[in-house]
Amino acid sequence: MKNSLFGPLDPAPDAGWTDAPARKGFLTDTSICIGCKACEVACKEWNAIPADWSEGLTGDSYDNTSALGANTWRHVAFIEQPAAPPAPPPVDLGMPTLRPADEAAAPDGAGSQDGNKPDFRWLMSSDVCKHCTHAACLDVCPTGSLFRSEFGTVVVQDDICNGCGYCVPACPYGVIERRNGPEDAKNVGIAQKCTLCYDRLEAGNTPACAQACPTQSIQFGDVDELRERGRARVEQLQAQGVEGARLYGDDPNDGVGGTGSIFLLLDEPEVYGMPPDPVVTTRDLPDMFRKAGMAALSLAAGAALSFLGGRR
Amino acid sequence: MSARKTLLSWPVVRQLTGTDPLGRGAAAQSQKTRDWTARTETADRVVQSVCPYCAVGCGQRVYVKDEKVIQIEGDPDSPVSRGRLCPKGSASEQLVNAPGRQRYMLYRRPHGTDWERIDLETATDMVADRVVASRAAQWQDVDQEGHALRRTMGIAALGGATLDNEENYLIKKLFTAMGAIQIENQARI
Amino acid sequence: MAECHPVGFQWVMEAKARGARVIHVDPRFTRTSAMADQHVPLRAGSDIVFLGAIINYVLTNELYFHDYVLSYTNAATLVSEDFRDVDDLDGVFSGYDPQSGSYDPTSWAYEDVAEPAAAGTDRQAPAEHEESAGHATGSQGASEEGAAHVHRDETLQHPRCVLQILKRHYSRYTPEMVERMCGVSQEDFLAVCEAVTANSGRDRTTAFVYSVGWTQHTVGVQYIRGAAILQLLLGNMGRPGGGILALRGHASIQGSTDIPTLFDILPGYLPMPKAGNSDTLEDYLGRISTSSQKGFWSDARSYAVSLLKAWWGEKATADNDFCYDYLPALTGDHGTYQTVMDMIAEKVEGYFLLGQNPAVGSAHGRMQRLGMSHLKWLVVRDFNLIESATFWKEGPEIATGEMRTEDIGTEVFFFPAASHVEKDGTFTQTQRMLQWHHQAVEPPGDCRSELDFFYLLGQKVRERLADSTDERDRPLLDLTWDYDREDGRPGASADAVLREINGWELTGPDHNERGDMLSSFTQMKPDGTTAGGCWIYTGVYADGINHSASKKPGSEQSWVALEWGWSWPANRRILYNRASADPDGKPWSERKAYVWWDEEAGSWTGHDVPDFPKTKAPSFRPEPGTPGPAGLAGDDPFIMQADGKGWLYVPKGLLDGPLPAHYEPQESPVRNPFYSQQSNPTRQVFKRKDNLSNPSAGAPGSDVFPYVFTTYRLTEHHTAGGMSRWSGYLAELQPEFFCEVSPELARERGLDNGGWATIITARTAIEARVLVTDRITPLTVEGKRIHQIGLPYHWGVGGGGALVSGDSANDLLGVTLDPNVHIQESKASSCDIQPGRRPTGPALLRLVDTYRSRAGITVETSNTLRGEA
Repeated sequence: MKNSLFGPLDPAPDAGWTDAPARKGFLTDTSICIGCKACEVACKEWNAIPADWSEGLTGDSYDNTSALGANTWRHVAFIEQPAAPPAPPPVDLGMPTLRPADEAAAPDGAGSQDGNKPDFRWLMSSDVCKHCTHAACLDVCPTGSLFRSEFGTVVVQDDICNGCGYCVPACPYGVIERRNGPEDAKNVGIAQKCTLCYDRLEAGNTPACAQACPTQSIQFGDVDELRERGRARVEQLQAQGVEGARLYGDDPNDGVGGTGSIFLLLDEPEVYGMPPDPVVTTRDLPDMFRKAGMAALSLAAGAALSFLGGRR
Repeated sequence: MSARKTLLSWPVVRQLTGTDPLGRGAAAQSQKTRDWTARTETADRVVQSVCPYCAVGCGQRVYVKDEKVIQIEGDPDSPVSRGRLCPKGSASEQLVNAPGRQRYMLYRRPHGTDWERIDLETATDMVADRVVASRAAQWQDVDQEGHALRRTMGIAALGGATLDNEENYLIKKLFTAMGAIQIENQARI
Repeated sequence: MAECHPVGFQWVMEAKARGARVIHVDPRFTRTSAMADQHVPLRAGSDIVFLGAIINYVLTNELYFHDYVLSYTNAATLVSEDFRDVDDLDGVFSGYDPQSGSYDPTSWAYEDVAEPAAAGTDRQAPAEHEESAGHATGSQGASEEGAAHVHRDETLQHPRCVLQILKRHYSRYTPEMVERMCGVSQEDFLAVCEAVTANSGRDRTTAFVYSVGWTQHTVGVQYIRGAAILQLLLGNMGRPGGGILALRGHASIQGSTDIPTLFDILPGYLPMPKAGNSDTLEDYLGRISTSSQKGFWSDARSYAVSLLKAWWGEKATADNDFCYDYLPALTGDHGTYQTVMDMIAEKVEGYFLLGQNPAVGSAHGRMQRLGMSHLKWLVVRDFNLIESATFWKEGPEIATGEMRTEDIGTEVFFFPAASHVEKDGTFTQTQRMLQWHHQAVEPPGDCRSELDFFYLLGQKVRERLADSTDERDRPLLDLTWDYDREDGRPGASADAVLREINGWELTGPDHNERGDMLSSFTQMKPDGTTAGGCWIYTGVYADGINHSASKKPGSEQSWVALEWGWSWPANRRILYNRASADPDGKPWSERKAYVWWDEEAGSWTGHDVPDFPKTKAPSFRPEPGTPGPAGLAGDDPFIMQADGKGWLYVPKGLLDGPLPAHYEPQESPVRNPFYSQQSNPTRQVFKRKDNLSNPSAGAPGSDVFPYVFTTYRLTEHHTAGGMSRWSGYLAELQPEFFCEVSPELARERGLDNGGWATIITARTAIEARVLVTDRITPLTVEGKRIHQIGLPYHWGVGGGGALVSGDSANDLLGVTLDPNVHIQESKASSCDIQPGRRPTGPALLRLVDTYRSRAGITVETSNTLRGEA
């Protein structure tokens, strides 16, 4: 129990699941994401998440859903990385030059054919709840609405959630959110996020996003195996000269004990809008918890006794 | 439910007596969550179909319950698509069940300013009457040089190309027999 | 491909993972470019220069696949002495008639071939482009008199052999020309050449994949021809991993040409009769194939007679030419744009729109809506109240005051349609595979399938004419029209229709009783003893089994997956796959083994169904002059061609030349550097006040429209939006119409990302939100900076209940067509762009008028076919 809120562990047994299956998660390989957003739609369709087109065009590349939130459990980011800016034109010191004047004065590189080669990148990445090993949202949830499933995932139970919202600031990734619309939507006021398709997993199926993904950018499976697969893929990409390739969330010693959703990124996490060094916000909770523990236990025992008494 | 059972299923008791003393896992699971079953599991039947959007021809599985489509997802058996779908294919269920989908016949009379509801059978009869009349009104037996034309220029059609082959066949067959030659589809747009 | 066919793109990604090099040639940097090894932005409308220069590179460096080219193409065939190329005649081929703007193709013929008697005289009204040759003569079946005994030079050195003609024709298509015209650096271009040639040959193949970016031009057919020449030279046709793959945007767009809802063909690419030259069945068949040509088109009589028997049953007899005269005849172009103009002229009274939204999806939306406002009645069958159903109420012309609802006399019937899960039937996907989809539920409310609607409509029309004695009604009354469902539910049985499409033996004393289902089109008979609605689909119901419904899991069968669906013809998955083996019948390499000759068994075998007479040995040589399938030699893989060879050079069958030559789009900011002929001299132009064109380079006023725009689709939407803008899950992903511009153009015109812009052409002005993006690259063409603007075309104004709407990009387009297939040029046009929203109401018309007068536009502008500018 010492490590339950920090450090490496297998979360499902730690949360009391005996005979738990291997921990399940996603490997999102952004190097083969084509940004089609099938994951967003498949997720919404399966989970009956409301759509909202009222905001209109964001002007942010092809991203019009902007971020993960109560109504967006999968979100595809589009990052247009401009080419390295052209070298600034040499400052004219009034010195004699060997170059003809017209070439030296070519504006914007316009005259050069290099200007025809945009060596920028269009990065695409499907983001999702990380299903942290140490999930602050779950740890701060006072109602038990958020729970750790036998698959090691973190799931909101909308019949339990009272909408207190403690989980929202607790998430170091900004994933979970209370639904505040549209008006006719179900579960308004209730915290919402990816369940890793808990119901589909129970039935032995693949989560909707991973099943739809045309290029297998989103892979579903046992977290241990996905981490291995991710590492092999990073090595392969680096060998091909993709120097920025890296895994994100695969380290059980990181601030959240590693995540169930791991990502293969081609650049720094910040580029994709992901925190570079997330730390579970309840890291110091065990200490506080131990102190509060005795009091809580005696209260609970009292409550149990009165329950029994009441039924007699 | 007996008192004992009720007590034992009370989360706090489960938490204290079970393997999940912090109440974050098994003990926190609600009855509703325990009963939560994927709707694909309780479907009455699963029907194999093909995505209606582009011409890749991805396989779809259509899940039906109580004569309603409750889910459409990729068919892993398809060697074309291997179970995968794009965003449009993934939205197919909404194509079928969208609340805004038109389910009833509408009619706009000449110079009318709005739609009117009309009976489907009546409308079909009206269209049949107009087909017969327009076919006759613009009929051409021969061209200027006397070559047979045997056609009408009064009726035209433009199809999308999401119609079935069998539908196209009947359309082309009927139009040709009527002598209506002006028929095109998306293939040449 | 990643944009519009994401799930198909999984195979490109898989090939890439195995080491394939992916090159994306596109004016824009798209999702596909993001995954490609190389993106080559080029100027829209310059592709023939690009392809021609690769052809030149291949020929100059002798990188063509010699054995393949010599044996399987017409490279060695000699062409008539009368043939003159475009460089000899300043931009036209021999046979051009400036009066009619069309070609007499006689001089393009193979050497020593007797001139077809009717050639050059079979056009009646020369000012019109009448024949859409590609389709009207069958898919590959342009008849070629005497093609079974051609003159060949096996050394490929004769100056009039096709290979040498090609060499001369493309000699001016150099890397320098690519740089000048396409805006592609020589370095980038040569990288493409090297990749394509290094990955072609015995061990490797290269595939070309295209969509409407190639077809929607005034030279669209010649774009595809350019790729065909290249792929034949490289030996990439009929082989695994090769080919030219059309990615089609609608679920059964392939099926919609196979079993056409098109004006100029009948099922199976049989032409529609044409008044004057096919008044009898004999004349008609003579147009399709000649008695001396090789290949399977010479059996056209069997296909045509079987079709007539399927349609008119026992009424179709040998004595009455199987009711051939029941077929209506064409007199020219009756395509969709001509039809709309005929609506405006009030020649057309009624119009059926069947899952199609021309007010948004066709070029020149205003003309479309204007046309519909002149109809007496309009039937719209769709899921939603698309803009074509509501034009009278909320269309853009109501806003400008050009139309008033109360003035529009069109009666509109909106019939709600059944969805794909609410009916049985087959789609033919983009690789010619028929897939059956099973009905899952009954359609709701008044929703009905087209099958049920047209079956019922046919019954009702026939009822109304039942007592008619008018000869013109015989085709309707004698029509076989019996498709009742076996289970007694109302409507038609798709299964019964598919059976008729497949065809059956006719038995009994008068050969009018249904016998066994046909297994192959080779069983079709010319004497009326078989019936079948579409010969290329024969076999889909072989042995009484619906093979389109074969759904053996892909994981349980070979990679070719012959037991999933059914591909025409004869379940062959790669066409002309005889070419995957060498002339002796051995695979070109083990790596690329696909279909080969099994000497012991005496038959062709392999992974696929061989696309060749099964027991015809590679060494087989027919008696010279033997016609038909029997005339095919053992090394004639292109079994539908009149000479059994792949056509590098097309002696007959195209209206705009035997070889692709570069022509500028109708509206272009660039002069054609090859000759004074600026644009395709046979393109189909419509000189009308309601169809004005912008001036092209060299003409006064062209600087008023300095930019190129190109239209396209996004992953998140479907064509004109009828199946996506009413879906919340799709609408929210791309909620608004936008234009894509480069940062440089944004600076030049003062456009802000996220702000508004107005785009103007001679037709209209529309407004769009602005995306400023490095994905659009300005190009340097002829020393001039060329800016291109990207416009997705999914939105429209006024649709009933559409969740998202916006101006329609296609409203900007005029109507100018490819002469062969009547497809509009919508991938390269010129425009101006200004910051801010467009004016509304009559002020919008004034803005467009200002532009027209500034540019001095008249109906003649850009519409002179020969010697313009």
